[in-house]
Amino acid sequence: MSKIKAVTGTGAGAEAMRQINPDVVPAFPITPQTAIMQTFATFVANGVVDTEMIRVESEHSAMSCAVGASAAGARVMTATASAGLALMWEIVGVASGLRLPIVMEIVNRALSAPINIHCDHSDSMGARDLGWIQIYSESAQEVYENSLLAMRLAEKVLLPAMVCQDGFITSHGVENVEVFDDKDVKKFIGEHKYPHSLLNVKKPVTHGPLQLQDYYFETRSQQIPAMDEAKKEYIKIGEELSKITGRKYGYFDEYNMKDADCVIVALNSTAGTTKTAIDKMRKEGKKVGLLKLRLFRPFPYKEVANALKGIKKIAVLDRAVSFGANPPLYGEIKNALYDVNYDGKLHSLVFGLGGRNIFVEDIEQVFDKMINDKLEEHGTVGLRE
Amino acid sequence: MTLKSNKDIPIGGLIDEAGSSKKFKTGDWRSFRPIWDKEKCIQCMMCLPLCPEDCIPSEGSGKDIKRKETDLEYCKGCGICMNVCPVKCIKMEEESKFTK
Ligand code: SF4
Ligand code: SF4
Repeated sequence: MSKIKAVTGTGAGAEAMRQINPDVVPAFPITPQTAIMQTFATFVANGVVDTEMIRVESEHSAMSCAVGASAAGARVMTATASAGLALMWEIVGVASGLRLPIVMEIVNRALSAPINIHCDHSDSMGARDLGWIQIYSESAQEVYENSLLAMRLAEKVLLPAMVCQDGFITSHGVENVEVFDDKDVKKFIGEHKYPHSLLNVKKPVTHGPLQLQDYYFETRSQQIPAMDEAKKEYIKIGEELSKITGRKYGYFDEYNMKDADCVIVALNSTAGTTKTAIDKMRKEGKKVGLLKLRLFRPFPYKEVANALKGIKKIAVLDRAVSFGANPPLYGEIKNALYDVNYDGKLHSLVFGLGGRNIFVEDIEQVFDKMINDKLEEHGTVGLRE
Repeated sequence: MTLKSNKDIPIGGLIDEAGSSKKFKTGDWRSFRPIWDKEKCIQCMMCLPLCPEDCIPSEGSGKDIKRKETDLEYCKGCGICMNVCPVKCIKMEEESKFTK
């Protein structure tokens, strides 16, 4: 039996953490993530979970602590955003390099400067090459379910995972979230049996030794097939989770794509805004659709290409910039389409930096411009220029 | 030593064998060699625990403990033993003197 709870996106993340009941949670507050740890700290204080919560002095320490605990064999979760992720950077790469299955909730927020506390994806997109699995969530419901999936997936393939949600938009907006039965979720999550525990005196191991020209390359290269494995396991574990939730966990969701001429590709909450615009425009007879990507790392190139190859016009919406290069999501979509000799029109639109709102009307305008061949190849939405 | 492929090593750079640092010979890092004057040595045992390579062996125990000759397979020539020796009976000499 599931329960409907009125929670925010951060509350949904904390709910998942309550059910996962991690052994160790090192935490340092940062807006807009703080609410996750605040809620979770209440669970700890009330004895609802058995977690050892460690309040550290910085995010660098939070991730260091997560690495140590995970290497010891503990199930570990943490959360951060923006500058917090930037500060823990060094150890974020250590976690994946050491193949430690830590799950981190990311509440997407712009990076400084200028200092800003609102949503964009420059934090997690900046970390896209650090070897972590990245799952993006449209709603609080998805934050909750993706967190459960991420924990299983991380422990299965021994890679850390980030679960992303939009700062303030998702993190602080209250939604009805269907929370599934504790017993079912606990059964799904299962026991963490880490094979290389530092605390196993019968099988002593060393984590993190020096490797130079002789072995670094071999060790690093192992993360490539591990990501391939993660891609396969994501689907399998998602199918298992479906049995509890009744929902589907594909690499992406297709919304009104079957007969669509114009499609928007988006991540996180903007997918919701786009759906509203599509519903409205469909009533006007406009053939518009959405591809909402869920799994960004590993990136499902083949599947995305197959889904998009027949679409005449595509606009990729990025809430991050890669200065001097293509925006991150657009770059990946373009890569994917190269393999299928895509001959339609592909557009790149940067929007919403620093929390600049994107409205249903903005999305409608993008679609209308696309329909009338008025959309530039590289452009922006909502920017005064 | 034959180097292993990425499929034949543990993940994450993990070392799953205890005491394997013995296989890692640090002696060829040395550019200075500690020369120990056995006669001058007062067997105070200062140098032994402070050697980062743990390559100054000993024999006996308690009051009868005695240091032995430095194990040059591992001595990396850092000079810590020379620095801590209270009677200055260790001198660092250029390694090149000993290599032909
Ligand atoms: S030089 Fe350094 S490594 Fe060599 S014996 Fe002395 S302390 Fe040990
Ligand atoms: S520190 Fe000097 S005197 Fe003491 S045991 Fe070592 S070599 Fe001998």
